[in-house]
Amino acid sequence: MSPDLLKLIFGRLGIDSLPLHEPILVGTFVMVALGGGALFAGLTYFRLWGYLWREWFTTVDHKRIGIMYMILGIVMLLRGFVDALMMRAQQALAFGGSEGFLPAHHYDQVFTAHGVIMIFFVAMPLVTGLMNYVVPLQIGARDVSFPFLNNFSFWMTVGGAVLVMASLFIGEFARTGWLAYPPLSNIGYSPDVGVDYYIWALQVAGVGTTLSGINLICTIVKLRCPGMTMMKMPVFTWTALCTNILIVASFPVLTVVLALLSLDRYVGTNFFTNDFGGSPMMYVNLIWIWGHPEVYILVLPAFGIFSEVTSTFSGKRLFGYTSMVYATVVITILSYLVWLHHFFTMGSGASVNSFFGITTMIISIPTGAKMFNWLFTMYRGRIRFELPMLWTIAFMLTFVLGGMTGVLLAVPPADFVLHNSLFLIAHFHNVIIGGVVFGAFAGINYWFPKAFGFKLDPFWGKLSFWFWVTGFYMAFMPLYVLGLMGVTRRLRVFDDPSLQIWFVIAAIGAGLVFLGILSMLMQFAVSFLKREQLKDVTGDPWDARTLEWATSSPPPDYNFAFTPVVHDNDAWWDMKKRGYQRPLMGFKPIHMPSSTGTGIILAGFATAMGFGLIWYIWWLAAASFIAMLVVGIGHTFNYHRDFDIPADDVIRTEDARTKLLAGAK
Amino acid sequence: MSRLKILALLPLAVALSSCNYVVLAPAGDIAAQQRDLVIISTVLMLLIVVPVMALTVLFAWRYRQSNTSARYEPDWDHSTKLELVIWSAPLLIIVCLGALTWMGTHLLDPYRNIGRIHAERAVDQSKAPLDVDVVALDWKWLFIYPDYGIATVNELAAPVDRPINFHITASSVMNSFYIPALAGQIYAMPGMETSLHAVINHAGAYKGFSANYSGAGFSGMHFTFHGLDDKGFDAWIAQAKSAGGSLGRAEYLKLEKPSENEPVRRWGTVDSDLYRLILNMCVETGKMCQSEMMAIDAKGGLGHEGLNNTLPLAYDKYARRGTALGPEPTFVAGTCTPDAPQGRTTAAIRAPLDPAPLTGAGLKRPSFAPLKSSSFFLGQRPKSDS
Repeated sequence: MSPDLLKLIFGRLGIDSLPLHEPILVGTFVMVALGGGALFAGLTYFRLWGYLWREWFTTVDHKRIGIMYMILGIVMLLRGFVDALMMRAQQALAFGGSEGFLPAHHYDQVFTAHGVIMIFFVAMPLVTGLMNYVVPLQIGARDVSFPFLNNFSFWMTVGGAVLVMASLFIGEFARTGWLAYPPLSNIGYSPDVGVDYYIWALQVAGVGTTLSGINLICTIVKLRCPGMTMMKMPVFTWTALCTNILIVASFPVLTVVLALLSLDRYVGTNFFTNDFGGSPMMYVNLIWIWGHPEVYILVLPAFGIFSEVTSTFSGKRLFGYTSMVYATVVITILSYLVWLHHFFTMGSGASVNSFFGITTMIISIPTGAKMFNWLFTMYRGRIRFELPMLWTIAFMLTFVLGGMTGVLLAVPPADFVLHNSLFLIAHFHNVIIGGVVFGAFAGINYWFPKAFGFKLDPFWGKLSFWFWVTGFYMAFMPLYVLGLMGVTRRLRVFDDPSLQIWFVIAAIGAGLVFLGILSMLMQFAVSFLKREQLKDVTGDPWDARTLEWATSSPPPDYNFAFTPVVHDNDAWWDMKKRGYQRPLMGFKPIHMPSSTGTGIILAGFATAMGFGLIWYIWWLAAASFIAMLVVGIGHTFNYHRDFDIPADDVIRTEDARTKLLAGAK
Repeated sequence: MSRLKILALLPLAVALSSCNYVVLAPAGDIAAQQRDLVIISTVLMLLIVVPVMALTVLFAWRYRQSNTSARYEPDWDHSTKLELVIWSAPLLIIVCLGALTWMGTHLLDPYRNIGRIHAERAVDQSKAPLDVDVVALDWKWLFIYPDYGIATVNELAAPVDRPINFHITASSVMNSFYIPALAGQIYAMPGMETSLHAVINHAGAYKGFSANYSGAGFSGMHFTFHGLDDKGFDAWIAQAKSAGGSLGRAEYLKLEKPSENEPVRRWGTVDSDLYRLILNMCVETGKMCQSEMMAIDAKGGLGHEGLNNTLPLAYDKYARRGTALGPEPTFVAGTCTPDAPQGRTTAAIRAPLDPAPLTGAGLKRPSFAPLKSSSFFLGQRPKSDS
């Protein structure tokens, strides 16, 4: 075939785009292919494709979508963590003239992918998944406001993840750092497909995130059950509301800034180029106007989880509910006023720098108030040290350290000496692992019995907890030390041998965290095998306080046979105290949304369009785009969007629960 | 430093004695003041962080389920007094820290001319500071000493106790110019100039590097910064002079091509206009300088005729390939004598040194001269040299 024709069909994709010369990648590919092949064969052999398609892929049930988000987050955590291990190993080895085992071309992709994956495809899915699962239950709703949109949002997030994973074996990922600052990320200095993978993965996933934000805001604002005024909402729902407001108000900025960068890269505009009036500094400002709220998008729901957990396991009402809510709202607003602290060293004047430094410090006031509220919730409580509570205590001790170094970095002159150093790396891992990841794990251990009807195994859970916590401290305390020695981030080789010991300690710490992750996977497996022993039939294994515990575990498709009525912000606790009797008769048909495959199909075309744009396969991009329009418009003619669960089915489900509950007594 | 500060440092000093904690034990006055701020802020915050951590452990232990002797009040969820304390305690600390931040940020603004050599000695205004032009290249550092007419790659030197004014730019991508022993870092960006004012107080060889990832050769992008006594510095200059060679536009264009782990290089003479041309991105013959372009635009621009004044691009460093869907890349051609450097009338604008003191209610008058308040608010930097 002529080269022109090949170019027309494959764009710039060629046989040399496959990393056949990189043994690490070829090995990984073989592993992935074998694993994927086995999975595919297994699913086919057990005839599970139909089941998966009907019950999971096309579902609009917020609970199943929430679980799928969690699975996505955990799978991507493995990928992101392998990147972390490679970085730690490289930095521990590359001393005394050794180049380590990763060439710059590969290493630079690894740290970029690590950041992108951990933020966008681990932390975000875990947080979104928990919100998706818990929020409708906590507010006594049957589903989210827009169930189909929810399914579509999830698959768009998966589409982004697929593009990032594809870059591992087809072409390469960006070598720019996780925020892809121009001019380095512009076409002049990154002409390859890496940055295009970055752009389109985030654009596709970003659509999902934004839509899911809109969806959850509507859900919380419009679908609360009778009696649940704003100031009676559980704190987790409050934090979810604030987080989704942040998402809706900040992700469009990311979308626009990446769109401008892609215009620079595809049609030769000059938004962020060095000359023709372009300003790379504009990109840095814009991306952090999204990027700083993003940090709070992740951590606010974690705060909500800790509030629920502390209150439940202390057997006590949450101390200072009102100030907790106000603190959350204040953080939401302030998070838009601090972005410049990410680049004090870019040359702003002293007044600008001090303004942003001081606003940053002000955020620590509501955050500190929250910390005290948890503390005084524990005060005069009866604390049960179950796994969620362990994670919460670890969070409280770890997060104050991260917060302290964060405020330190907010002092501009201090930032001048610590910016971009390993001290900074230690700081943000301290708050993201100590806050978001510990929060997600507390949430997983807390709500798992709700989702599956059995608790998670405490032995493997504790093992995982201790590996994670000790591993975290071993991995990141040395980085604080190295930062104070003036060691900067993203270095691939070192020439000062006295530093090596600290990198070795950090690598051992990362190894411990790895054991923590393995223990967690073991925890899931063991719990599944021991599900009869760990079974909970009451629906309320922790003697908890909020509405999600009022229904069965796992909840029926319709969540609540009758919409509950709320009188107190610890609604379920209040119902228990007042001797609430579960209604046993008078069930009516329940109106529910129908499943649809449109979400996954649309997201599939969006992913294909992204792939086409990345590789300059214009026909693929255009065809996918048209297909998206056709499917999207076609879906508007689908009138089978809802159905009624017959009263008989509801009666059967509820009777089964009645029997279970009677058996439990 | 006050006795209190030294006391606070003591445990740190013991723990850290074996290694080279350059950020905590720098050799330049600016970095030392920044270090002081790091420590004071940390101590201030520990005032609240330590009690919180202690209380967390205490409460977790005291109110454990098995301790039935502890009080249990399941419905106690509000106390106005406590609320006042938990909001005002962090607030007080932040007020102190905020005041410290405001002052420290202004006093240690990298654009500000330094007022003192070290705590006990003010700057002698009659002596000229050392000017150094810094260019971040892929992936090495070019240092030009305009007063001495020499240039070096990956080696920098300055006499002890003489103020240094760095003018910093880059050729292609963003870097960050950082010598931890001397002073905090500042970004180096193409087409833009940032500044750093600093002084080194102790002789020695210190590490300098780029602190902002800039591509494949980033790890090797470091240099040695020598703090030398006056005699040593003269000898160092003489050594560079005797290295011979001349760094002109052609040599620079060759030099700026990407290369990794560059050894030290020296040039005895350097084109005196080179730094200005680098900053204005017009080292290539025939390309219009940014300063010229901005001057034209300031007068209203060339209108539609300006569109004709472009030529096919062959310059944007080594890498520009144009875009898949866009037009062929172009550049703006110089309108006047293409090869002759433009006049120097629009030479660099420097932040003026204003000796008006920084005062405020209850604030001690600093022992050296800060900026005028109006320039706090108008200090829009970095600005392109125009």
